[in-house]
Amino acid sequence: MGGTLWLGCVLTAAAADIPQTFADLLHAARYERLLEELRCLVCQNQSLADSNADLAQDLRNEVYRMVTAGQEEAAIREFLVARYGDFVLYRPPMKPLTGLLWFGPLLLLALVAMIWRQVARGAAAPSAPLEDADRARLQALLGSRPD
Amino acid sequence: MLPELGHFAVALALAVAILQTVLPSLGLAFKRPALLALAGPAARWQFALLVLAFLTLGYGFLVHDFSLIYVANNSNTALPWFYRLSAIWGAHEGSLLLWIVILAGWGYAVSRRVHELPADIGAIVLAVIGFVGVTFLLFMLFTSNPFARAWPAPIDGGDLNPLLQDVGLIVHPPLLYMGYVGFVVPFGFAVAALIKGRLTAAWARWARPWTLAAWTFLTVGIALGSFWAYYELGWGGWWFWDPVENASFMPWLLGTALIHSLAASEKRGVFKNWTVLLAITTFALSLLGTFLVRSGVLTSVHAFATDPARGVFVLGILGTIVGGSLGLYAWRGPRTLAGGSYSTISRETFLLANSLLLCVATMTVLLGTLYPLVLDALGMGKISVGPPYFNRVFVWVMAPLIVLLGLGQSARWKEDSLHRLLIRAALFGGGALVLAAACAVSLAPDSRWRAGAGLLAAFWILGSVLAGIVQRLPSRSIWQTLRGLPLGFYGQALAHAGFAVTLIGVTLTSTQTIDLHTRAALGATLSLGPYEVTFDSIRDLEGSNYRATEGQFTITRDGELVRIVHPQKRFYQVRGVAMTEAGIVPGITRDLYISLGEPLGDGAWSVRMHIKAFVRWLWFGALMMALGGFLAVRDRRVGQPQLAGLEQTNALGRTS
Repeated sequence: MGGTLWLGCVLTAAAADIPQTFADLLHAARYERLLEELRCLVCQNQSLADSNADLAQDLRNEVYRMVTAGQEEAAIREFLVARYGDFVLYRPPMKPLTGLLWFGPLLLLALVAMIWRQVARGAAAPSAPLEDADRARLQALLGSRPD
Repeated sequence: MLPELGHFAVALALAVAILQTVLPSLGLAFKRPALLALAGPAARWQFALLVLAFLTLGYGFLVHDFSLIYVANNSNTALPWFYRLSAIWGAHEGSLLLWIVILAGWGYAVSRRVHELPADIGAIVLAVIGFVGVTFLLFMLFTSNPFARAWPAPIDGGDLNPLLQDVGLIVHPPLLYMGYVGFVVPFGFAVAALIKGRLTAAWARWARPWTLAAWTFLTVGIALGSFWAYYELGWGGWWFWDPVENASFMPWLLGTALIHSLAASEKRGVFKNWTVLLAITTFALSLLGTFLVRSGVLTSVHAFATDPARGVFVLGILGTIVGGSLGLYAWRGPRTLAGGSYSTISRETFLLANSLLLCVATMTVLLGTLYPLVLDALGMGKISVGPPYFNRVFVWVMAPLIVLLGLGQSARWKEDSLHRLLIRAALFGGGALVLAAACAVSLAPDSRWRAGAGLLAAFWILGSVLAGIVQRLPSRSIWQTLRGLPLGFYGQALAHAGFAVTLIGVTLTSTQTIDLHTRAALGATLSLGPYEVTFDSIRDLEGSNYRATEGQFTITRDGELVRIVHPQKRFYQVRGVAMTEAGIVPGITRDLYISLGEPLGDGAWSVRMHIKAFVRWLWFGALMMALGGFLAVRDRRVGQPQLAGLEQTNALGRTS
């Protein structure tokens, strides 16, 4: 049911939860989007938007400052990654280390499609007549039916 | 004295669980029916002993026995009695005890029905449950004993985590555990089938009601957890792709694959080996979830490395049970995936494709959950995998699943023509498209496409369910036909419709919700969508074990009163933590959600207000799914002797 660290983030009477105001609606949207995709670094699993931790508020202020200064989303992300590492991003960056993470599901889908094709083809083929051994086994199975 | 009795009962339960495992195994090896027959009584005794242990721990909480370390850490004299009871499962040791009691409870339930099974099969299932019980009882006694004492006892306890002081917590964990621990029963049947080498349609018929029951509990448990997060955490989120949530979601996804595969195995005798594999892996994921949550590995991989006792123990259990059963499968499992006869276009192949896709979905969640842990453990860097990853990837896995779901619903068993299927699909697919387009046009342009796609998926499923019902209506009395349809048919129709309803909820909540995070001065009126919200007053009040600040907000629409809500900010003194209690106005098409933030000086507060569009649909859909599962369990034909084996395999495919 969550570690103490995480609870700290949910529950601590945070110093501030200051609503931000924006002159530019585009900036507001960018700010919201970034907050959803950035991680509170001291929480077990919360985005900046959801966290009440002090550090999260500091980071929100930082993001607010950069957004209202007109910086692009990518630039803000880069800045934060340079400071805190990939850990701060909830959407992991695409790189060799995360290749399996991003393409794994695709590989699985391909694999499943192959398995399905195999089975479907087997299904389409006329089933071979039962061999004697199988027939005997089938009899045994039916004989041992409980009902 | 009483806690020692509880402790003793647990130790005795361990002894009984060992007997429950060993005696039937010996009976099987030496062909002694008398030993096989002992499995049932052993299961009943084990359950009785564990219930006794559970009650003694509960009594310790009720009478504030702070000499019990577990009680002292998780209760307090100011804690109301119902939270003292739910505190039994409020932390690690007690959750584990609950887990084991529920496991024994499933064992008890099986022992009540064991006479309906061949003696050896029933005994093996109970022995498997007994063995799982042995491992977890050892785990509890050696690493996590809730009956451990400390002397001198503290004057007062450390209080229950305030986040858990809620009605949601009273019922959420038991239901959840009922669900994923319940998958031990189909797992037991799988092991029995492999050991006996008898993989008949009867096998699927026995395992099916148990699987459906466990799945139904898990569905309700997950939905309840989501609902609890929604109203308790204070920002209106309902799913976070948190590893703890994923731990319960993975067995659910795979369990869903399992119930569909079981249906095909029972009705048509196909994919039985695939079904067995699913039964094993579903329970394996339940155990993996237990490992993730109970080992501390989620809090920090490094904390796990420095104090590995618990984690290594659960990992050992996981390895033994999963490794053992998969080894058994490799050794005894049948070689071909197919079996039975059906054509490429048939309900069978659609069911197979969908259970494969559900596996992919499960693996995707598993990948995203474990990836950061593995990278960190290997020292390859720290990354975060969060909602932006899961939402994106999951949609692409679910899309083909939903397309095939609609087609599969209308396909006949055994053989169908592609032509007929496409015509039918075009009918309800076209209807769904028109309807979704009509809805999308009325929505805001920026979210129109995403919302439209989600609604199309939901209407497509609803259409196929409706078509499935219409298909069964002959020209004579409609009423008679509807009454004649089996419960199981209504169960699956309801569950699929529920899935569509949940999809509508997810789509509209995530695209049409209005959020406002703002400064509210006392007496100020703010506009929130079509509503006007006035911040009337604020006052302090005293709860049983907390102090609260309560705001009053009047919500009006076009000058007419909608509701007055009282969101609170609570401060729990013992643990020194604050909690938000949101003010919620529930509604069918939207919830109004207001939560109090922080004082900003001059009587002004930061306030979060949301209009959560169609958010209730999400949980309502889940309840429909669960009710569908319940109806299917109640279907008299499910789990009852009927046409079995060859006759059934050859019977012409009638859907129901």
